[in-house]
Amino acid sequence: MKKYFSVLLVLLALAAVAATMRPARNTTAYDVVGFSRLPALVNGRVKPLDTVARTSLLMLQGRQRVVAPDGRSLAPAEWLLDVLFRPAVADEYQTFEIVHPDVLALMNLTTVDGAGGKRYSFHQLAKGLAELDRQSKLADDTESAVRTPFQRAVVQLRDGVVLYQRLQNTLNASSTADFLDQLARFEKALPAGLAATKGHGGSNPQASAEAKLLLEMSATFGTMESVAYFRAIPPTPGADATAWKTAGTAWSDSLTSGEIAPAALVYAGLGRSWQLHQPEAFNQAVGTYRRALDVAMPSVLRKSDVETRFNSAQPFYTCMFLYVFAFLVAVVSWLKWSDVLGRTAFWLVGGAFLLSTVGIVSRMWIESRPPVTNLYSSALFVGWGAVALCLVLEFFYKNAIGSVAAGLVGFSTLIIAQHLALGGDTMEMMRAVLDSNFWLATHVVTVTVGYSATFLAGFLALIYVLRGTLTRSLNQPTADALAKMIYGVVCFATLIRFVGTVLGGIWADQSWGRFWGWDPKENGALLIVIWNAVILHARWGGLIKQRGLAVLAIFGNVVTAWSWFGVNMLGVGLHSYGFMDSAFWWLIAFVGSQLAVITLAAIPTGNWKSFRPVSASTRPA
Amino acid sequence: MNDSIRSVRNLFVSLRLTVALLVFGMILVFAATLDQVNLGIWAVQEKYFRSFIVYTRMGDFALPVFPGGYLIGGLLLINLTAAHIYRFTLSWRKSGLFLAHLGLILLLVGELLSGLWQQDYSMRLSEGDTKNYAESFRENELVIVDATDAKFDEVVAIPEKLLARKSPIQHPKLPFRVVPKTYYPNSVLQARRADGPPAEATAGFGERILAAPQPMTYKTDERNLPTAFVELIAPDKSLGIYLVSLHLVMPQEFDYAGKHWKILLRTQRVYQPFTLTLLKFSHDRYAGTEIPKNFSSRLRLKTPDGRDDRDVLIYMNNPLRYAGLTFYQAGFENNDRTTILQVVRNPSWLLPYIACALMTLGLVFQFCIHLFGFVNQRRAKLVPAAA
Repeated sequence: MKKYFSVLLVLLALAAVAATMRPARNTTAYDVVGFSRLPALVNGRVKPLDTVARTSLLMLQGRQRVVAPDGRSLAPAEWLLDVLFRPAVADEYQTFEIVHPDVLALMNLTTVDGAGGKRYSFHQLAKGLAELDRQSKLADDTESAVRTPFQRAVVQLRDGVVLYQRLQNTLNASSTADFLDQLARFEKALPAGLAATKGHGGSNPQASAEAKLLLEMSATFGTMESVAYFRAIPPTPGADATAWKTAGTAWSDSLTSGEIAPAALVYAGLGRSWQLHQPEAFNQAVGTYRRALDVAMPSVLRKSDVETRFNSAQPFYTCMFLYVFAFLVAVVSWLKWSDVLGRTAFWLVGGAFLLSTVGIVSRMWIESRPPVTNLYSSALFVGWGAVALCLVLEFFYKNAIGSVAAGLVGFSTLIIAQHLALGGDTMEMMRAVLDSNFWLATHVVTVTVGYSATFLAGFLALIYVLRGTLTRSLNQPTADALAKMIYGVVCFATLIRFVGTVLGGIWADQSWGRFWGWDPKENGALLIVIWNAVILHARWGGLIKQRGLAVLAIFGNVVTAWSWFGVNMLGVGLHSYGFMDSAFWWLIAFVGSQLAVITLAAIPTGNWKSFRPVSASTRPA
Repeated sequence: MNDSIRSVRNLFVSLRLTVALLVFGMILVFAATLDQVNLGIWAVQEKYFRSFIVYTRMGDFALPVFPGGYLIGGLLLINLTAAHIYRFTLSWRKSGLFLAHLGLILLLVGELLSGLWQQDYSMRLSEGDTKNYAESFRENELVIVDATDAKFDEVVAIPEKLLARKSPIQHPKLPFRVVPKTYYPNSVLQARRADGPPAEATAGFGERILAAPQPMTYKTDERNLPTAFVELIAPDKSLGIYLVSLHLVMPQEFDYAGKHWKILLRTQRVYQPFTLTLLKFSHDRYAGTEIPKNFSSRLRLKTPDGRDDRDVLIYMNNPLRYAGLTFYQAGFENNDRTTILQVVRNPSWLLPYIACALMTLGLVFQFCIHLFGFVNQRRAKLVPAAA
């Protein structure tokens, strides 16, 4: 029975993972999925419109789900289509998150008006936009580090509104109701109008109605050109691969060349059929355009398809559940059915690890970069590295400790990543000095694995202390094994952190002519190295035994968290002591929790629940 | 050996001391990182790392509060060396640790040397400019130039420090004494109205300008702009009080003793035995964004003896190393037409490489010894269990 139960658990998890992997399917007559896979250039990277939609939603409201006023759930790309082509409809979707009470008051709104008490539609905001603009201009004059929470909320909402309006004017002119019809007229009038303009040598360009239309439209194109959020018009064959244009530019260019870029016509057609509810025309346009792109830029399309698939599968989200599941199973295995459940937990962790590997590798392939390029990807990779080490430990020890630690570290790093993703697209272009795949692959990767190892040592130590003080399950062999694991991981952490820091020094010397500059990030790295050295030397000198090792390793969590995140906040956050970023509170809370466990560990071991019945003298001090 | 000497020796070779010093080191590094917010990176290095004692100011008193980098590093060095001499035994099991610590000693020495020897300058070049000197980031100098001969200038440079000290300066090349009167380490200037307060200066531009002191700035992207009033006193008469300031770009000129003189406060210069000419500065961005992709400066490098006359390209992660100096792309201004290069002289640059190679080798070796030991131990345990 035990055995079947464990097989059932693993199968259940597998089925859940498989379910997330299914390709997205259209829920309406429109080929929204096909549309979502079309590529565009945003922030220097070519990405599918699906990513554009999802990251925009994350920036606006912190989640990807949109619920229409009639209660229907929209796919992100469907929402994007409405924003692009049916502005009046999109204005009713409650996709702007406002939580600051003063900002709500400023916009004349109450929590009753919002979906979920915090999401509002553009329509609801429209009346307050002038005041919002005035307030955000006041906030703009304040250095971003010293803004009050109210000012920050105002600026964030203003940025959201700007993003939304830019989206609305990327392929369409939202202020002109029949703009797409005008485009159709423009297309017809173009040859005659141009001829008229040229024929009169510019002396009287309004000679014909066509020329007049051209002149009127060119002003609108100019606006679209300057505000467009993404560049949807691909480069012509043979041109520079990054030379994507905005729709506005493409239409403007037609005024000089007399030819309209095919993609601009496609998007105008898509817009019209979306507006007029003509799914056949819409699907046909998507299909034709897609086939043309498949010929012109197959590799871009391949990436775009994979990225869309990756977006809808959300592998890291699934991993989070798997880690929690594995953690629970492993903890239960300490109480009951230790062999079968222990093995189940191991397989679950293994599955989650495999899934996050697939996720990280796909990100690497899409970006053509080593795994760690920004804070978000470092969170993914720290978790990945720690879980890999846990699997090694579990393989040797088979006492479910590795699985529990993997569940803890894996879940917490993914939660951190989840929050870091709210800033927008997590696959950003690398700023000049970081644009070096060699150093990103060597220095950054080793340093990040170093974070994994120090965190893992700390989490193992947490298990040691919590299990020892709060339960009776920490028997002597388990305690010895845990201590050995902590020690081994600390050794590994010292080595890898040291190598990583040195590689950083070499990079610094190669590009700046100095090996070490006492810069905050360097100091943070140094602190971890020194702390690991302290742990090792204290142990070799006999200053600490098992409990001391655990306490120092837990404090290692504090040091690592500081070096990973605290240092970054220093540059922004601490210029004014009144300002506290929300992430800063999380850091404080984390440090507080670690110190609490350290205090718990200060209880003499004789009084620990696990060690109580036996005479204290035989227990490690 | 008598007891007190033995106890001193035991202290210096003990791991307790090592752990204590490492913890002290951590606190120092942590405090220094936090203080960078107030002091900026340069002042922090002087206060915390390149000092024996860290002082804090209580009103007018400097209270010693913590051991500085030199003291902690020095003691660590003694501790390390002493422990290794005392406990030294040649064995395989210890060889990795020995190597690692040898590397560490070298690293500490290297950091000490680069602290003493390393110098940083900056070089600003607009397109077409040629320069054979770099300028200091923080130090300034008062220069008095004998410009009588049109072919060359004879320059007397007086470091800012002497102005701050306000001690009169007599230089053999100058037929007058230079007497600093007032000195503001950071300042603002404004035009003096005819009916405004009297000017402190009695000659040159200064008669029309008022100067006011400003709080010092420690931000890395700002610099202090000092102003000083100096009186030039010839044996027979005073030549007047001049206002000199980093705000004033043009020198002030006067004639005395049949010679033509110029006086100017400027950033301290370090001359190089070659010239650099900026041919082109490029600032590449990712398509459709303001995110910088690369900065690069194409320069012409020339030596007076004609031995070197070639184009060089400096860009991110690719500095120019020449004549013991490293030039790297640090910034740009003036609408992408002026490049800012940072110039570093670090004669001890090789030491960290050797040190780190030794340490890495040692740590990897030691780690492998332990890992194999652990695996073998487990295998030995598992075999009887299986049997």
